[in-house]
Amino acid sequence: MLKIENLHASVEDKAILRGINLEVKAGEVHAIMGPNGSGKSTLASVIAGKEEYEVTEGDITFNGEDIHELAAEERAHKGVFLSFQYPVEIPGVSVTNFMKTAINETRKAKGLEDMPAKDMLKLIREKSELLEIDRKFLSRSLNEGFSGGEKKRNEIFQMAMLEPKLAILDETDSGLDIDALRIVANGVNKLKSKDNAVIVITHYQRLLDYIVPDFVHVLYNGRIVKSGGKELAHELEEKGYDWIKEEVNA
Amino acid sequence: MDLKEKLTASFLAFENQVDTDTYVHDVRNEAIKIFEEKGFPTKKEEAWKYTSLNSVLKEDYSVFPKKENAIEYNDVKKYFIHDIDTFNVVFIDGKYSSHLSQTTHDGLDVCLMSSALTKPKYRLIIENYFNKAATKDSLPSLNTAFSSEGAYIHIPKNKLVQKPIQIIYFSTGNEAATMLQPRNLIVVDENSHVQIIERHQSLTDNPVLTNSVTEIFTNKRAIVDYYKIQNDNQSATLIDNTFIKQKQESVASVHTFAFGGKLVRNNLNFYQTGERIESTLKGVTIIGDKQHVDHNTLVHHIEPNCESHQDYKGIFGENSTGVFNGKIIVEKEAQKTNAFQANNNILISDKATINTKPQLEIFADDVKCSHGCTIGQLDESAMFYMRSRGIPEKEAKALLMYAFSNNVLSSVKIPEIKQRITKIIANKLGVNIGFDL
Repeated sequence: MLKIENLHASVEDKAILRGINLEVKAGEVHAIMGPNGSGKSTLASVIAGKEEYEVTEGDITFNGEDIHELAAEERAHKGVFLSFQYPVEIPGVSVTNFMKTAINETRKAKGLEDMPAKDMLKLIREKSELLEIDRKFLSRSLNEGFSGGEKKRNEIFQMAMLEPKLAILDETDSGLDIDALRIVANGVNKLKSKDNAVIVITHYQRLLDYIVPDFVHVLYNGRIVKSGGKELAHELEEKGYDWIKEEVNA
Repeated sequence: MDLKEKLTASFLAFENQVDTDTYVHDVRNEAIKIFEEKGFPTKKEEAWKYTSLNSVLKEDYSVFPKKENAIEYNDVKKYFIHDIDTFNVVFIDGKYSSHLSQTTHDGLDVCLMSSALTKPKYRLIIENYFNKAATKDSLPSLNTAFSSEGAYIHIPKNKLVQKPIQIIYFSTGNEAATMLQPRNLIVVDENSHVQIIERHQSLTDNPVLTNSVTEIFTNKRAIVDYYKIQNDNQSATLIDNTFIKQKQESVASVHTFAFGGKLVRNNLNFYQTGERIESTLKGVTIIGDKQHVDHNTLVHHIEPNCESHQDYKGIFGENSTGVFNGKIIVEKEAQKTNAFQANNNILISDKATINTKPQLEIFADDVKCSHGCTIGQLDESAMFYMRSRGIPEKEAKALLMYAFSNNVLSSVKIPEIKQRITKIIANKLGVNIGFDL
């Protein structure tokens, strides 16, 4: 589904990603872990199409198509979704209004008519129940005054609404208490199928107890320096990242 | 002959042609003297520092409408709020159009200034109110000197007027260039409530200069909601002078939606002459090209325990320029005043300009006055966030700008106006998305 080869990316001439190779197939869950500043969020943003990041070398293909020249919205239309580490507050745009616009713009890009209002309401009701989101919450301004947990739950709600092929969860677990973590992970698991894939970016093993990865990668200094199965995450939890750094630097 | 000379030279001929009682005659004569003395404002005056009328004044305007022009309703229907029942007072090239209007004398007067200025039964109101709120500045004085036509609205006490009143001025471009000086008088007596919509619309590309004066009097506990829709074409200039004199416990709000014209200057003045008055001034400005919109507001707090609330949002593209000059005066007697002012702007082009200036003159010591102005760009992180959800760049921008204006729109009480404004904004921003969901 997603194939990244020798990806180099920089922001304001500062190289952050220095040769990433990663392949994610349909039905898989990949975890990307690594110390602060290793380039995890940059990788997520580059896949989603943030313009400040310049791809200087390498390829990103999504379902066989080179996407690295595509705008963020075009990638979204093809089924790429990024759950933000810091969801942006947008005063004056309600959650519902935002979702309706996002869904109808995506449909428009696919040559489909707007979703009938009745179906939209039904979909919103269904997905908000999945994330245990209160109805009143949906008429509030997007992310404005939301608690950390509410913001993250709202991200997964949007994911549920948009049904992406590839979901990248950028530190979705940060700022979540154990109940919110369970709700969020539960939501993600319910949306998982053999046709879609998830990349979980996290510092901690905690989320991976709920969303169990098929592969774990360690990102350090802009490269994937180690890959393994889910047991690698446990090892990192126990031993920290120093041994990895030592291995790399040796 | 320049425009000032032309106007002063025409005055005598004008005075002879309108039959008038002595009160109005005296007021006009005094007014023309003021205009002769002061002339058109220039950038040397502090209040006109950022707005130059030079390019507007150089046209050879015809200063009197010569003949009546007919317009078919279907051709101009789109400029009306036509999906609700309203009273309409409509003018074409400064002349009343009975064909497009729906006036009334049934329990309230929604009719013509020309009648009010000449018929004896209105004399008392005219003597009590006409030119009693307008300032002696040069442009209002010029209007006063030539005042002959406009909307006259008198709501007697204890009357809740169900139908909004639309005041629309069309210009047909029949002359190569036209100057119009509409004059509106609105008197709302005790406990009454009225909603008014005002629009100036040019129908061709010939230059039009409108120097409009509206005087509004809200008596005890009266409520007035006033909406100005300014979305004129590129050759039309509007100088709007609005004066609102409020008595105790009255509530007045003016929403100004400024989307265009060549140059628009809004002089909006509130005078609070009683206790527990509320005044609201809100505006959304979205312009581009070389358009210029200047909001010059004054709230004069004269008595204690009153409130004023100002909220102006501006979005400026291309080479457009905006001005916000908001003056709040709190007199010594006006203790416990609560005055709020905000002016937020977004520049979406490197060549757009906004000059914003709050001016507070506070002579009382127990007051709450706050003001703030911001100038910024569209939030890039919000843009990426929206685009990553599949909302294309243009639509994401539009949604952000709409959200930015939403504070002002949310206090519009007539849903059809809100819908109309939303539609104009969508058109203006070149998107086809329904904002109001």
